[in-house]
Amino acid sequence: MDPYDTPESTPRHGASSRLKDYFIGATPLRKRLEAVRKQASFVPTPPRRKIPQCSQLQEDNDPQKFAFLLHKQWTLYSLTPLYKFSYTNLKEYSRLLSAFIAAEKQKGLAVEVGEDFNIKVTFSTLLGMKGTQRDPEAFLVQILSKSQLPSENRGQKVLWTGWFCCVFGDSLLETVPEDFTCVPLFLANGAETNTAIVGTWFQETFDCHFSSLAINAFNLSWMAAMWTACKMDQYMATTEFLWSVPCSPQSLDISYAIHPEDAKALWDSVHKTPGEVTQEEVDLFMDCLYSHFHRHFKIHLSATRLVRVSTSVASAHTDGKIKILCHKYLIGILAYLTELAIFQID
Amino acid sequence: MLKEDCASELRVHLARSLPLPSSVDRPRIDLIVFVVNLHSKYSLRNVEESLHHVDATFFLGKAAFLATGAGRESHCSVHRNTIVKLAHTYRSPLFFCDLEIEGFRATMAQRLVRMLQICAGHVPGVSALNLLSLLRSSETLAPEDL
Repeated sequence: MDPYDTPESTPRHGASSRLKDYFIGATPLRKRLEAVRKQASFVPTPPRRKIPQCSQLQEDNDPQKFAFLLHKQWTLYSLTPLYKFSYTNLKEYSRLLSAFIAAEKQKGLAVEVGEDFNIKVTFSTLLGMKGTQRDPEAFLVQILSKSQLPSENRGQKVLWTGWFCCVFGDSLLETVPEDFTCVPLFLANGAETNTAIVGTWFQETFDCHFSSLAINAFNLSWMAAMWTACKMDQYMATTEFLWSVPCSPQSLDISYAIHPEDAKALWDSVHKTPGEVTQEEVDLFMDCLYSHFHRHFKIHLSATRLVRVSTSVASAHTDGKIKILCHKYLIGILAYLTELAIFQID
Repeated sequence: MLKEDCASELRVHLARSLPLPSSVDRPRIDLIVFVVNLHSKYSLRNVEESLHHVDATFFLGKAAFLATGAGRESHCSVHRNTIVKLAHTYRSPLFFCDLEIEGFRATMAQRLVRMLQICAGHVPGVSALNLLSLLRSSETLAPEDL
């Protein structure tokens, strides 16, 4: 939005407070408008963010519970609030969604050779996957294939997994009226066709809208800094960055791998305030990497586009793909992604 | 910009960075437009360096910032607020224009030519400083100014 638009917010504020008396039901809507107007005014990007820590809610949980979420590549989407979604109707939803998927597959829209139509859909809640008590519970949708033989009960293969969550989504939760459930972050793993079918069902049933969440280079560099800042007992993977150089006819990719302990040492030398990450520290961290590279190769990495960041904690790609490797910082990673999703919805 | 109709002679000089070599004899400069590509941090760094070489009198209406690439949010490495803050620090107008798109480019060129005519003093009754204060009065002041 153009910064020249903002002065209109000042005279209108007086009028809206009078309207408050007449339109009580419009309160959430006005809060939403005010939130949007506030954003349009000259508000700087949050200069500091907390380094992801283990949240108290998560410490009670068994790390094995969320183990199935790790080491898988998830495609990210942002989702507008769901209308009249209820956590008590999950069995009903699984039934409806199974029927919908079976119908879609029979229509020939998503025909895969050799696939039987015996699929089962399960909806389940993921307890503990949230930041504050106010956040709605996360829930998981899975498409499983039923095995042909009735004796084999354990032969259920997971075809597709998708989960919805909201971690520290206060800025969105405040502005949304009663009947809506806010789970702005959606992660999907599995065939693209299944994602599309499930998405269509949700959009029709709950009047919401999915859009894929791309992560731009600015946010990727924040992620790189935050994840390098995480304390790890053991580093499982090297820290790697991938840049894309725009040149014709084909773009060039530059990959830069650092030993994770070196990256952590660099971060520690840059980092000043404990427990927080500031914009200056992120810029300085990235600048050190750029100048080191420039000294050796005479290439200005800052003129290229950061496309992928990979650390021992997680890896993210600009197209909106993420892989989480460490359960300890899961909540922190989701918190940042939730923030990006909420920003995109706005 | 050169395609636009203009009563007097319009010359455009492109430079990667400032300062310009002083050995060359050149006509008076009426308007400096700093182009920042939001996809590239390097471009921002370059402009920041070049700003130090510009005489202070240019910032009384004869300088402007042009940010390109804001349309493709997924490719941006520079946050929008960074460039807004920069333009605000130098008290100069900021334009957002995706120079890659033909239509936007043409409109921006028109706007810049109009601005240039005022800065060169070819429009009677309006000076560069007048224009600057007109553009600024529609902005809200930043909290630091209050």
